[in-house]
Amino acid sequence: MMAEFLDLAFISGLIGATMRMATPIIFAALGEILSERAGVLNLGIEGIMLMGAMTGFLFTYSTGSIWFGVFAAACMGMLLGLLMALLSVNLGLSQHVSGLGITLFATGLAMFIYRLHFGSPTVPPIIQPFKQVALPVLSKIPVIGPGLFTQYTLTYIAWLLVPALSILLYKTTIGLKIRTVGENPVVADTVGVNVTLTRTLCLVAGGALMGIGGAFLTLAHQNMFLIDVIGGRGWVAIAMVIFGNWNPFKATIGALIFGFLDGLQLRLQSVGLVLSFHLFLMIPYLLTIIALIGVSRRAAVPAGLLKPYRREEKGG
Amino acid sequence: MIRFRIIKRKPLPGWAKIVIPIAAILATLILSAIPILLAGGHLWKSYFYLFHGALGTRYNLLETFVKASPLLLTGLAVAFAFRAKFWNIGAEGQLLAGALTATVLGVNLGGIPPILVLPIVIIAGFLAGGFWASIPALLKTKLKVDDVVSTLLLNYVMIHIMGALLFGPLQQPGSSWPRSSAIVKAACYPILMPRSRFHMGIIISFVAMLIIWFINKKTTFGYQAKAVGFNIRAAHFGGINTTSVILWTALISGGLAGLAGVGELCALQYRLIMDISPGYGYSGIVIAMLGNLHPVGVLFSSLFFSVIIVGAQTMSRMTGVPTYIAEVIQGMALMVMLIFLLFTEFKIKVLRK
Repeated sequence: MMAEFLDLAFISGLIGATMRMATPIIFAALGEILSERAGVLNLGIEGIMLMGAMTGFLFTYSTGSIWFGVFAAACMGMLLGLLMALLSVNLGLSQHVSGLGITLFATGLAMFIYRLHFGSPTVPPIIQPFKQVALPVLSKIPVIGPGLFTQYTLTYIAWLLVPALSILLYKTTIGLKIRTVGENPVVADTVGVNVTLTRTLCLVAGGALMGIGGAFLTLAHQNMFLIDVIGGRGWVAIAMVIFGNWNPFKATIGALIFGFLDGLQLRLQSVGLVLSFHLFLMIPYLLTIIALIGVSRRAAVPAGLLKPYRREEKGG
Repeated sequence: MIRFRIIKRKPLPGWAKIVIPIAAILATLILSAIPILLAGGHLWKSYFYLFHGALGTRYNLLETFVKASPLLLTGLAVAFAFRAKFWNIGAEGQLLAGALTATVLGVNLGGIPPILVLPIVIIAGFLAGGFWASIPALLKTKLKVDDVVSTLLLNYVMIHIMGALLFGPLQQPGSSWPRSSAIVKAACYPILMPRSRFHMGIIISFVAMLIIWFINKKTTFGYQAKAVGFNIRAAHFGGINTTSVILWTALISGGLAGLAGVGELCALQYRLIMDISPGYGYSGIVIAMLGNLHPVGVLFSSLFFSVIIVGAQTMSRMTGVPTYIAEVIQGMALMVMLIFLLFTEFKIKVLRK
């Protein structure tokens, strides 16, 4: 039994699965970091991911082009991000409630559109999903190579986005503006940064990332759209943002831990070890909660988070 | 150049509190025309079947009350928590905790006097929901863990606990499906009207509504919870034990959701299945907001929602519009209500420069 665990193929497969299962969380967490750094908690994330998953699948199914599906999912995410901005930034409604509203609305809409287009077939329609791409040389590294570097293109993109977002946030003027808007909108406004516009753009861009994160699940991880395809991954991403102290790299570590457990669960199932699979699925959520306990004492919450900004109420 | 500004307005007169939700519901119904037309449904026929399906016959009308019962309970659960700014997004998990506990007791309590079974099941279901909600409340008050995230995550933990039990010790012997054995006869809610499913749980939910209304309006605790929701620091310095207020709020809130689970199990399903709740806990959030967190408001918005959900079945059968239209309408109703509520506090001023 133990030999089976330590089997090279098993380890390599586990590494691969970890990367794969972490990908949608990374996309979504990066999108959420962008939104929250600008001061808006986007609880629409779960719904936006589901709409992204559905839109991506629908467009790939209809056009046959998988990249067009990814593009459509990103656009759908941007639209919903814009809606979130309209409600929570322009109108200044409670971020909690507007976000949950978007999740409920988008969840209903995703299932509605899917049924409208496909009806209720006995066998769910499928698409030709993404293929894994082995990077030359790197994928030949023993043990870790095949797992790490034989991945979906979207996974590689997620990896590139982590440092990219870090640089954007910490090394550029735009990033400074975003963080100022999130920390202290009054100051940002005083020095001439357009708070409303900055928050709107961050929500729109963040929405695109969440949409792609969702699309990964229907275009790469699976080849069909199921109603519970997101299964709370949006909420996990939000938890990872808190766990990672609003830092792209640390949030990615959280996403990898989640991916590892998710992947391990899948691998154990595939070698026939059905360790009550539901108990196993519970672990990531429990660990996330425990992690939240650990970090919440030193959490560096953006100070302007959850506070709608209206010029008239300056200082209030 | 014309610019718009959102500015505070004077408080609206009392009648606005009734007119605004009604206006929001009307606006939602008008907006629903968009998805109906997109689905190729005939507009007037669709509206007709939506309401006829929910209210048109005796059976359907009673069925609307059957659907309203869990929605009223989860709506109350969320409204009661939100009023104290305890962001309980976990009514779904608390509902399942109630249903799960009722199953364990309902299957095994055959040996005790039948008259005692139902009270035990109901109280235990309430406590189970309350217990599940008190975890995030403790995490919030003692360890400063964000309640939105923890309540949400605990929903999934509960789903998997239920899954593990339904594939394990609770599974009906000989069944390969994830379902429990049936509960004993004494644990079933009595049906109150012949030829229908109008059951005792509906009465329980209405009584719960009255009790919550009483707590909010007439008790010190109701006042304290409101104060904590309004400004927790001020409440603390005003001498209110905010930790205990939040804990009790969570216990009652989760308990109400737990009762919804007991009702679904003991009045409709009689055995636990994985999809015992089609998301009643999440609908409760919308219902609470639509009802402006007021128990009577929650009653009317849960009735409105059950009309939509029950009516959508008939509408779907007669016009081919997918039943998920009910979820779309729910989501739209929330957003419309939010925007309408905003204009009770603020108005848009047009500035010309």
